[in-house]
Amino acid sequence: MAQKHSAYWQANLRLIFLLLSIWFTVPFLGGIVFVEFFNQFRLGGYKLGFWIAQQGSIYLFVVLIFIYAHCMNKLDERYREEHD
Amino acid sequence: MELRELSWLVVGLTFATYIGIAIWARAASTKEFYVAGGHVNPIANGMATAADWMSAASFISMAGLIGFSYQGYGGSVFLLGWTGGYVLLAMCLAPYLRKYGKYTVPEFIGDRYYSNAARVVAVICLLVASITYVIGQMKGIGVAFSRFLEMSFEQGLAVGMLVVFFYAVLGGMKGITYTQIAQYVVLITAYTIPAIFISITLTGNPVPQLGLGSTLVGENTYLLDKLDQVVTDLGFQEYTSGHRLSTLNMFFYTMSLMIGTAGLPHVIIRFFTVPSVKDARISAGWALVFIAILYTTAPAIAGMARLNLITTLEPAAGQPLAYAERPQWFKNWEKTGLLEHYDKNGDGLIQYHAGDDKNEMIKVDNDILVLANPEIAKLPNWVIALVAAGGLAAALSTAAGLLLAISSAISHDLLKGVFRPGISERAELNAGRLAMGATVLLSGYLGLNPPDFAAGTVALAFGLAASSIFPALMLGIFYKRMNTAGAVSGMLAGLGVTLLYVFQHKGILFIADTAFLGSMSPNWFFGIEPNAFGAVGALANFAVAVTVCKMTVEPPLAIQQLVDDIRAPARS
Repeated sequence: MAQKHSAYWQANLRLIFLLLSIWFTVPFLGGIVFVEFFNQFRLGGYKLGFWIAQQGSIYLFVVLIFIYAHCMNKLDERYREEHD
Repeated sequence: MELRELSWLVVGLTFATYIGIAIWARAASTKEFYVAGGHVNPIANGMATAADWMSAASFISMAGLIGFSYQGYGGSVFLLGWTGGYVLLAMCLAPYLRKYGKYTVPEFIGDRYYSNAARVVAVICLLVASITYVIGQMKGIGVAFSRFLEMSFEQGLAVGMLVVFFYAVLGGMKGITYTQIAQYVVLITAYTIPAIFISITLTGNPVPQLGLGSTLVGENTYLLDKLDQVVTDLGFQEYTSGHRLSTLNMFFYTMSLMIGTAGLPHVIIRFFTVPSVKDARISAGWALVFIAILYTTAPAIAGMARLNLITTLEPAAGQPLAYAERPQWFKNWEKTGLLEHYDKNGDGLIQYHAGDDKNEMIKVDNDILVLANPEIAKLPNWVIALVAAGGLAAALSTAAGLLLAISSAISHDLLKGVFRPGISERAELNAGRLAMGATVLLSGYLGLNPPDFAAGTVALAFGLAASSIFPALMLGIFYKRMNTAGAVSGMLAGLGVTLLYVFQHKGILFIADTAFLGSMSPNWFFGIEPNAFGAVGALANFAVAVTVCKMTVEPPLAIQQLVDDIRAPARS
């Protein structure tokens, strides 16, 4: 029982770590630290770095939360089935 | 219809709706009063959270901050900081706190660290952060009333207080939740309609998020390229790349706002209202969807309004507008003192320039950008009336959420938790209502007589949430061994570092004369401004908490069991 929960918790931590790495990398590196590098590229009238900082990261945040919610629901289900 | 009558009509209708909802959604138990009974639909809760979160500052000030004070790209700190926190909330806090299933944030901290002292420290952080925050909302309500409904500031504030009082005291979290949903609809409509019209006028694209990246109508130039060119011609930083001070400062500023957002109690408690852990996760996603609609529109409003303003003041490069020919909206806003021109060289023209010596637009208040936008774009009166109702909805919904966080900390954490544990549910509910009423009066009073430090307090609210509440919650969930000594010393260290830094640069309790290191940037730690210091405070908190924890005994088995329970798979 405790073992199973520990595996569940480890899976949760791995997922959080993966998603938060993306959460950190895109806005902080793409939108702030290396913004000038990305500004060489364009997305229509937007410079890419500027777009990441003022538009793209926000869309990404939404997607990350929905991915997390989806994966955790799956994980919850699997552990419930194994438990029952 | 005249603008004044139209504004009264629109605002009156929205207020009647809020009151109607409040009567329908009365709270009958403490569970309904604190967490709306715990059965709010996750999408509905997402919408209520969005209204709760987006304050008068998001609605009225943010686009102007981005477009003017923070010179375009620098404003990204708000866009990223005030949205990215929801990812932390969804993954690191909301589901576990919901699983724990209690009513307030200090309650979790008190239970997890088996200590009333920890609970009281959390209550103090919550009260300081929330009260400073609510003063700003009260001011926003007064300003919106006085500008659009031509009431005095005091009368406007009184009407606003009366409405909040009515539905917050009567309905508690239940009434607040359902009015916030209505308020979200009002505020998002009011925010996006002018943006759509302006985007069509400038670029022909009805979606502002795409319009900002499009070419100008009748030209082959991209809007942002044109904007970069006109602002640099006037001597400002390039719009799409002008940093806020430095890269390092922007990094810390963004991080501080993110973890501050995740640590603000009035946002966290919204996730106690959904039926299950599963709902808490998805609800955070919906909240961010509803928030993102406004937050991705804001940079478009910022850029387009900046361009509109410049091309109005200087129709052709090097040929400024004559002051005598200024448009009607210019005259309207001059009256409010938010827009000011002073003809320094006496040539009768409006020179708008970077730097102080040549610039004649001596005041362009950030707030007018959203408020005057419909007038600048020559939109019909009903749109202007809608903006007034939207600003009020944003301020009222945030004020109500803060008031609930404050009153529940008083009635549930201090009264029931610490001083009178034996109190009956009925008495606690009445105490909650009484605390709510008293808080409305106190914040109304502070809104009328804002203490000198009111302007500097945003830094404090986010700094406290980031440096004390957020780390205490994170460690409580993710570090099973964390004990009372570690958590309390960590919170005090985070608080201490943040307060010391804010006070030494902005004055002790914001009294400017006592700013012993001055507010000038050469004295800043690695050039980080006080508003951006919460993340450093949080680091101090984590470091001290872990060090002290390692030197002291591990928490009792019951507490470790509690942590295991909140980490276990959700039951349904």
